[in-house]
Amino acid sequence: MIDNFLLRALLGGLGIALVAGPFGSFVVWRRLAYFGDTLAHSALLGVALGFILHINLTLGIIVICQLLAILLFLSQRQRQLASDTMLGIFAHGALSLGLVALAFMKDVRIDLVAYLFGDILAISNSDLGWIFAAGGIALAGLLWLWKPLLAITIHEDLARVEGIPVDRINWMFLGLIALIVAVMMKVVGMLLVTALLIIPAATARRFAGNPEIMAVLASLIGCLAVCAGLYGSFQWDTPTGPTIVVAACLIFIVGLLVPRKGALLFSKGR
Amino acid sequence: MSQPLLEVSNISLVIGKNLLLEKVNLKINRGEILTIIGPNGAGKTTLLRVALGLQKPTSGAVKRQQDLTIGYMPQRLHLDPTFPLTVKRFLALACNNDFARILALLSEVGAAHVVESAVQTLSGGEMQRVLLARALVREPDVLVLDEPVQGVDVHGQVELYQLISRIRDQRGCAVLMVSHDLHLVMAATDQVLCLNQHICCSGTPESVANDPAFAELFGPAAVQHMAVYVHDQNHHHDLCTTCDRSTVND
Repeated sequence: MIDNFLLRALLGGLGIALVAGPFGSFVVWRRLAYFGDTLAHSALLGVALGFILHINLTLGIIVICQLLAILLFLSQRQRQLASDTMLGIFAHGALSLGLVALAFMKDVRIDLVAYLFGDILAISNSDLGWIFAAGGIALAGLLWLWKPLLAITIHEDLARVEGIPVDRINWMFLGLIALIVAVMMKVVGMLLVTALLIIPAATARRFAGNPEIMAVLASLIGCLAVCAGLYGSFQWDTPTGPTIVVAACLIFIVGLLVPRKGALLFSKGR
Repeated sequence: MSQPLLEVSNISLVIGKNLLLEKVNLKINRGEILTIIGPNGAGKTTLLRVALGLQKPTSGAVKRQQDLTIGYMPQRLHLDPTFPLTVKRFLALACNNDFARILALLSEVGAAHVVESAVQTLSGGEMQRVLLARALVREPDVLVLDEPVQGVDVHGQVELYQLISRIRDQRGCAVLMVSHDLHLVMAATDQVLCLNQHICCSGTPESVANDPAFAELFGPAAVQHMAVYVHDQNHHHDLCTTCDRSTVND
């Protein structure tokens, strides 16, 4: 087992960043940032569920995220409310419900800040196990869904006409996102999960000429942000989750300054 | 007489309190071009979606010949600018990376020069041609085109309609398309179906132009244009100057 808490933090962070790259790319391509955010906001409800059922808290969060993903998927079919309105209701409803539920449990005291902004330095060996198990499943699943997901991202009806089971694949994809959001919580916290999904992917965009390169680059950029964030947080005694996100933002800005000529496999244009 | 490739019989569609389609019939035979025209909100795209199986009708039936392959050309792609996709890859995803075939298809639609371009940088006309190539990838029996000339200037529209006829002639596939435009499309179509929730009139371009229901729907000015048009079908260049790309309204 790994004793050094810094090494555990590094491994957990890198594991998360690797998974966040390709998922974050899809989140950006399909404009699902709000969706990821909403799932993350339900985490406290998952913690409450974990306490009530006496199960592992990460498992509780995973269960709640999955339930919410199903609810969101179903709610997309109604046309009464715009989807960002729906997501807003779910996100803040779930967050508030989680806080209220925890307040009812008199003998439960949780470190709220750790849940909001992450507590990567407190990652245990079992947390690492969750991260790598969930991350492994999610990556394998995404690889399996990759081609049909690209087709759906390009045009949903076109994919449907050509016989791709669009609803089933969307459903599975949302389930996988819910899974990784639940474990990412531990590293950057519920309020910053989306940042780790979308910032590395957005940074990678300028240097990628095809979807696969963008996904891999996003993973690498995420890893760089985790390393820089951990180092910075150790150096200046700043909260780790936010420091990682600040590092990601700095890399994004530096990326904007790099001229596009140096792009890897960037399409030639005309 | 062989069976129609695709037949929509007595379709009605009600969503909420709105009657979108009322007892619509449509039949498409091999080698035939059928164009659905009608004003905005007439249900043209909806009818196409029903024929494609994307929208379940409230009543009525859609019958397809067995093993029918459909090539669908959507109105447009809503690609996020962050999605890195070249034309080559766009087509490769549909045909297992057969690059020789991709080039052949792009040449067929006159878009070989954009093969390495990012999809988001294409002009209106190039985009439509690439989408057409994409629809041809699966060697379809029926091409279903949703407003294939949208976002293209008049000259380009004439060219695109000619291209569609040529593809029909060379491949012998059927074409079912929706058009907003009254005049240009008539050169390229065998059958016209004039839709306004229900079918107002249908038949050859000539017979539709002379139908009182057509005049009622589109107004006398359109009929006059059409009359000029039907008699003058072979003079595309004259047509371009007389027609002001007036689309259907009022």
